[in-house]
Amino acid sequence: MSIGGILAQLLAIALALALAPLLTGWVNQWRAWLQNRRAPSLLQPYRVLHKLFNKESVVADTASPLFRIAPYIMFGCMALACGIAPTLSTDLPLAPAADAIALVGLFALARVFISLAAIDIGTAFGTLGARREMLVGFLAEPALLMVLFSASLITQSTSLAKIVETLTHQPFAIHPSLAVAGVAFTMVSLAENARVPVDNPTTHLELTMIHEALILEYSGRHLALVEWAASLKLFAYSCIGLALFVPWGIAEAGTPFAIVLAIPVLVAKLAVGGVLLALIETINAKKRLFLVPEFLTTAFLLAVLALLVHVLLGA
Amino acid sequence: MRILDAILIVIAGWLALGLAGIAVLRQTSLVARVLFPAGAVLGVALAGLALAALFSAPQTTVLALGLPDLPFHLRLDGLSAFFLLVIGATTVGISVFAAGYFRVGEGTPPGLLCLEYHLFLASMAMVVLADDAYAFMVMWETMALSSFFLVTTNHRVPAIREAGFLYLLIAHVGAIAILLCFGVLQANTGDYTFANMRAQSLPPLWASVAFLLATAGFGAKAGIVPLHVWLPEAHPAAPSPVSALMSAVMLKTAIYGVLRVGFDLLGAQQWWWGVMLLAIGLVSALYGVVFSAVQTDMKRLLAYSSIENIGLLFIGIGLGVLFNSYGMTALSALALTATLYHVIGHALFKSLLFLATGSVLHATGERSLGKLGGLMRHMPWVAWLSLVGVLASSGLPPFSGFVSEWLLLQSFLFTTGLPDSFLNMLIPVVAAGIALVAALAGYTMVKFFGVVFLGQPREPRLAHAHPASPLERAGLVWLGAGTLLLGLFPVPVIIAIDRVTQLLVGSGIADTVRAHGWLLLSPSTPERASYGPLVFLVVVSLAVLLAVALVRKLYHGRIRRAPPWDCGYPAQTARMQDTAEGFGQPIRQIFEPVFHMRRELPSPFDAKPSYRVTIEDHFWHWLYLPVAQLTERIGRLVGRLQQGRIAIYLLYSFVTLIVLLLVVTA
Repeated sequence: MSIGGILAQLLAIALALALAPLLTGWVNQWRAWLQNRRAPSLLQPYRVLHKLFNKESVVADTASPLFRIAPYIMFGCMALACGIAPTLSTDLPLAPAADAIALVGLFALARVFISLAAIDIGTAFGTLGARREMLVGFLAEPALLMVLFSASLITQSTSLAKIVETLTHQPFAIHPSLAVAGVAFTMVSLAENARVPVDNPTTHLELTMIHEALILEYSGRHLALVEWAASLKLFAYSCIGLALFVPWGIAEAGTPFAIVLAIPVLVAKLAVGGVLLALIETINAKKRLFLVPEFLTTAFLLAVLALLVHVLLGA
Repeated sequence: MRILDAILIVIAGWLALGLAGIAVLRQTSLVARVLFPAGAVLGVALAGLALAALFSAPQTTVLALGLPDLPFHLRLDGLSAFFLLVIGATTVGISVFAAGYFRVGEGTPPGLLCLEYHLFLASMAMVVLADDAYAFMVMWETMALSSFFLVTTNHRVPAIREAGFLYLLIAHVGAIAILLCFGVLQANTGDYTFANMRAQSLPPLWASVAFLLATAGFGAKAGIVPLHVWLPEAHPAAPSPVSALMSAVMLKTAIYGVLRVGFDLLGAQQWWWGVMLLAIGLVSALYGVVFSAVQTDMKRLLAYSSIENIGLLFIGIGLGVLFNSYGMTALSALALTATLYHVIGHALFKSLLFLATGSVLHATGERSLGKLGGLMRHMPWVAWLSLVGVLASSGLPPFSGFVSEWLLLQSFLFTTGLPDSFLNMLIPVVAAGIALVAALAGYTMVKFFGVVFLGQPREPRLAHAHPASPLERAGLVWLGAGTLLLGLFPVPVIIAIDRVTQLLVGSGIADTVRAHGWLLLSPSTPERASYGPLVFLVVVSLAVLLAVALVRKLYHGRIRRAPPWDCGYPAQTARMQDTAEGFGQPIRQIFEPVFHMRRELPSPFDAKPSYRVTIEDHFWHWLYLPVAQLTERIGRLVGRLQQGRIAIYLLYSFVTLIVLLLVVTA
């Protein structure tokens, strides 16, 4: 563990915290443009966060302490997730503490807490949201794990930093297993981040909402933290996707200059990724809830297929 | 004094406590306040001694009990020491809880209950010490019988008697298989000591027969599919400390049996044994967790979750056998380490959860999830400690269930290519299965915790639920603390488990793990895989604390209490929350073919419309009911012989004699 590593680690987390709402704003802007609407400002998510932090929190009478700590835990989990996903550099002192499997566990931990918080109030929508969130989760989680496993099998490591290092140093080749895994990963990311076709981040239509039903009772600073954590999750997923499938441009140990260079590369990659996400959301329709398990089972089976492809072809 | 002798004294102490219970048969306070806590103290002693034994050489002794020519051979080696440690550490919490739990008026008088309970503990400890088939079977049967009487504590309820009968029946079917297995293992030498069985080298066919018998016999006790049906009946029937003891500890003696016979006595030779265990384990795990997700009785839910965990343990053992049969002992040791870690992890968190249901049952008199809710406000201790158990059971970091899941998945990923391409294809499929099971376990546990402790109380009388007694809390705290420590400090535990894997496969992962310090768990190199639960917890907590502090500092900490918002709907009632049925509905829909489901739907003309869905095991209809019917039919045919008149019976004897004479003369 070096001073440079610690600095790189802190920089990565700070950058994630700062840039995550911007990514959300960017996607929203492109979505609006693609749908022929006038777009909100790029900085709108920051304004919303600031507004919510200033407001007082209204907490239901029936809420237990769990309800109040859940947003903080979710936020903490997502901050750690952004810390161990290689965004700028692979020299991350935190990376050994949590590998790819622990990362999936981290997302699951956040999901369990926010679902429990939704049940805690005891309203119809809260429990409905929790049930649907867990439904999405129990299919998406193993799929994500299998995607990460196919990268692990290629690189012989479950450490995300190590996976990225190995992938960057390999001569350019399209791994058939990674190609299949990429499709699965895209599907999982859409589901996990409450995006069309699984969920609509802007909906408040009772019958269809998943994520919004979960956080219906939150207000003020709690809601701000949940929203911020949600954009951190999108950021973390985007960075994992970029690290697995386009790993170039991420700095390695002992190269302070490369980290400086890595920031614009990351921003550029995220910008392109954000446009693609907006495009996917625009050209797809939201699926009926009962079609969601089918969608996610497809993702899961594709991810398993990716593993089998790796075993069969050895690549 | 040798450790083994000290352990025998502890076990004798348990028996003495049980007999003392008979002396004070109906003095509940004496039994609860003196005898059960004393049993807990002996549990601490047993755990301590077992830990010492784990790091010393094997010891043997011969007890002149039993038949004149057939003494009990006992042996204390790493494997038995590890399971004694599990028994000791878990029973401490359960005994302390039981001291606060058992009260007057639960059928069996408290003194007798105390005898059964301590006899159960002593027999479990003796099972893992036994070193010959005779001692093993005697203790195994004592264990089955004492637990049968414990299950039927409330024997005045017919359903409980039926559950007890089913348990006893399957336990004995299993015992017959184990007996036959030992018969095969002694290879016609007539010497039933384990030392002799170890020395025999059976031909592959007979070794496989012995292994199959052992799997069936111990599997019946462990509750693998399709021999699992007794679990969801017996666990809810028993008082909660007994359910905890059975699910957390007794099921593990079956795992001990598989390890003892499969590895120690048979040397885990054939690759297909491993594949068979993998298949059994995967089916049990998936079946258990899917059924667990749709249960509406909290103890049944936990019982099915135990089936799931037993499935995971079988997967681990199967992987160990598979690797060992190809000589990959390091990988085999990794898989077995994961298994043994899960053995102790599951023992602690499952007893925690079962005991928590006991507290809830006492506080509310209700076991059905549909009538609970909102208990976190009335029983905060039980709720928060259950949350620890729930998170561990869901396999979430940084809790204990995650460590074993992580190790198990690592042993899948470390597979460097088995010689058989079919097996290589199998490995990722099983890994995917484990991932799915773990995620579904999370679903189930959110349902369990959410419906019992969160939300609004579904019945008005839940508002009067009283918190758990101090002794109950103390027992829960012990188990909760154990679960937390097990999740945060995996390295020392793995160093202890190493002694067992050295014994079973001659290899272990302690040296590599130790090399990376106690903060980081890494089975080979940190570049390959590593996990640091303590760092993980510290970073997440730091982030949480920083967030709290910054939000308070930069903005404000104002809060206002108001009625729930719920999209502005004013007439909220507790009936509008998801019930247990509602929460399980997506699982029912997705896995519909797995269930034997009966729905009663209301029609528009009903005066009192009601909706009911009952879910049953297919295996009842596929396996158990046909067997029962066949038995009855054979019984009826044989019954025709019974005419109840002496003349008829004389005629039978006469005809038999004639036939025999004919046979002899011909």
